Amino acid sequence: MYKKSLSYPHLVWMTLFVVAPMLLIFFYAFTHSDSNGAAGFTLDNFTKFVEPLYIKVMLNSIWIALLSVVFCLLFGYPVAMILANKDRRRASLGKKPGGLLMLFVMPMWMNVMLRLYSWLTILQPDGLLNRFLNLLGLPQVNLMYTYSAVVLGIVYDFIPFMIMPIYSVLIKIDESVIEAAQDLGANKYKVFFKVILPLSMPGVVSGITMVFLPALTSFYISDFFSGGQFMLIGNLIEKNFKNPDLRNFGSAISIILMAFAFLSMHVMKIFNKSNRQMDMF
Amino acid sequence: MDKHLIEFKNVFKTFDSDEVLSNINFHINENEFLTLLGPSGCGKSTLLRIIAGFESPTSGNVYFEGNDLSSIAPYERKVNTVFQKYALFPHLDVYDNIAFGLRIKKLDSKEIDAKVKKVLDMVNLSGFEKRTVSSLSGGQQQRIAIARAIVNEPKVLLLDEPLAALDLKLRKGMQLELKNMQRELGITFIYVTHDQEEALTMSDTVVVMKNGTIQQIGKPTDIYNEPVNAYVADFIGESNIISGVMKKDCLVNIMGIDMDCVDTGFDTDENVDVVIRPEDVRISEVDDAMICGVVESVIFKGVHYEMVIVSDDFKWLVHDTAKYDIGKKVSLFVKPFDIHIMKKS
Repeated sequence: MYKKSLSYPHLVWMTLFVVAPMLLIFFYAFTHSDSNGAAGFTLDNFTKFVEPLYIKVMLNSIWIALLSVVFCLLFGYPVAMILANKDRRRASLGKKPGGLLMLFVMPMWMNVMLRLYSWLTILQPDGLLNRFLNLLGLPQVNLMYTYSAVVLGIVYDFIPFMIMPIYSVLIKIDESVIEAAQDLGANKYKVFFKVILPLSMPGVVSGITMVFLPALTSFYISDFFSGGQFMLIGNLIEKNFKNPDLRNFGSAISIILMAFAFLSMHVMKIFNKSNRQMDMF
Repeated sequence: MDKHLIEFKNVFKTFDSDEVLSNINFHINENEFLTLLGPSGCGKSTLLRIIAGFESPTSGNVYFEGNDLSSIAPYERKVNTVFQKYALFPHLDVYDNIAFGLRIKKLDSKEIDAKVKKVLDMVNLSGFEKRTVSSLSGGQQQRIAIARAIVNEPKVLLLDEPLAALDLKLRKGMQLELKNMQRELGITFIYVTHDQEEALTMSDTVVVMKNGTIQQIGKPTDIYNEPVNAYVADFIGESNIISGVMKKDCLVNIMGIDMDCVDTGFDTDENVDVVIRPEDVRISEVDDAMICGVVESVIFKGVHYEMVIVSDDFKWLVHDTAKYDIGKKVSLFVKPFDIHIMKKS
């Protein structure tokens, strides 16, 4: 048995660095600060957000996050499946998983700025991509400082968070279940859509949450890839929070975002539950 | 003559230079209950997986109704499998598990409904339609796995040690049920097991395997009474296997004693294996018999006592309804036709 007292340091830590800052943010969000330092209760910070400009920023951010999730899923699922199939085959021969998965996770251990700057050398007007296109005699593309570049950056940065959970669910699917489906007349497409995909849904759902929420709130990627010209919700919060006079509004936006995150997680949960009982096709 | 439904011709299978099946030649008749029997690793499951299509032979051919199976994908074969670990779909309920194959065949929902009801009734699980797979016991899951396979009305049902995970009593019940089911459905069952009793109880034909080769094919009674070698004799029920020398036709020398037997056709002074079933050894208390020994252990087995009797360093396994105390000196008799002579393998 563990002693209860062992949890006290953790409790103190959580109180100091999670609960207290949250309370502070709530406090800021529901108060206004005058130039003389006095604070009073107000809902102004929230009503201020209901403005076409800010709503547009919010919708824009959601749209970009959704796009990023879709691309992460489109590229990440096949990668996870290939890796899982390989490792399962190795496991059936009594071997340990191969190191391929590492290759997808390793970039996460590198400094984020380094990773982003390497994209600059690829995407900028006289970068590697355009020089390569030149070589083939194809027209140049200008990706840097576009929304596409922002989505690309987010997908690049967060795709391991999509691959990992899907991989770990796929690797646990019993080979004999797949064989049973074949045995019952399912060709490989039907095996995928009727067995593998439904069974991997928990991984897909956690992959989506792990990509969607950070993508929604990230500000450094959009800052970097847009050259600071696009305003996403993360940038909006950052900007407001940096300015002491606007801190209350920044807090209100983060609470709105948090509420949205809770809501979307809840929706995912419901989706995941109903999916288990429902045949996909 | 019976129709050959499945035929194996010179089938070899190697995994990473490991020969799992070696020159398999045999056929399976229509409506037959055939059991592949052998210890784990003898290749019996691989044989089954070749029929199902999950493995293909390294060389040789398998024919199904006269057609070479090699070009037919698993999902196109007229066979269904009951897997050892059931392999039910965890994301589907009982009804959807059973309906899986029918839905792929795109039957209309009324027909599916009727068929699922019928097989659920057959495996005594009516009313379990909406249950989740994980809420079922091992025995119930096994019945669902069987139902899921037979609902497709396959030509052949393949069963890969389906009862291995069940307890003894449940297993015995299921053995009878499976046998009845096979008679009722009139389809071919190919059953893989390492349990000799199971094989003898259910099968029309038993195929005894060892190290990727077929040792003997025959009816259960033939295999039990006329095993071709000491391996089969030992695997099918308990036996005393003694080295002996054939003196002439119908006379064998075991442990220095000449004994009458009924086997002929061996060379003079040929070394042979002599197989004697424990229930064929008679015990008496007089000490003028051919073989004298001392009772070493006695175990009560229900119908009979299982005794080990030591004589000249050989431990005889003897079954008798009468009990002889440990340390008692006894004599052993074997009737000539209970002595089975086999070539040394």
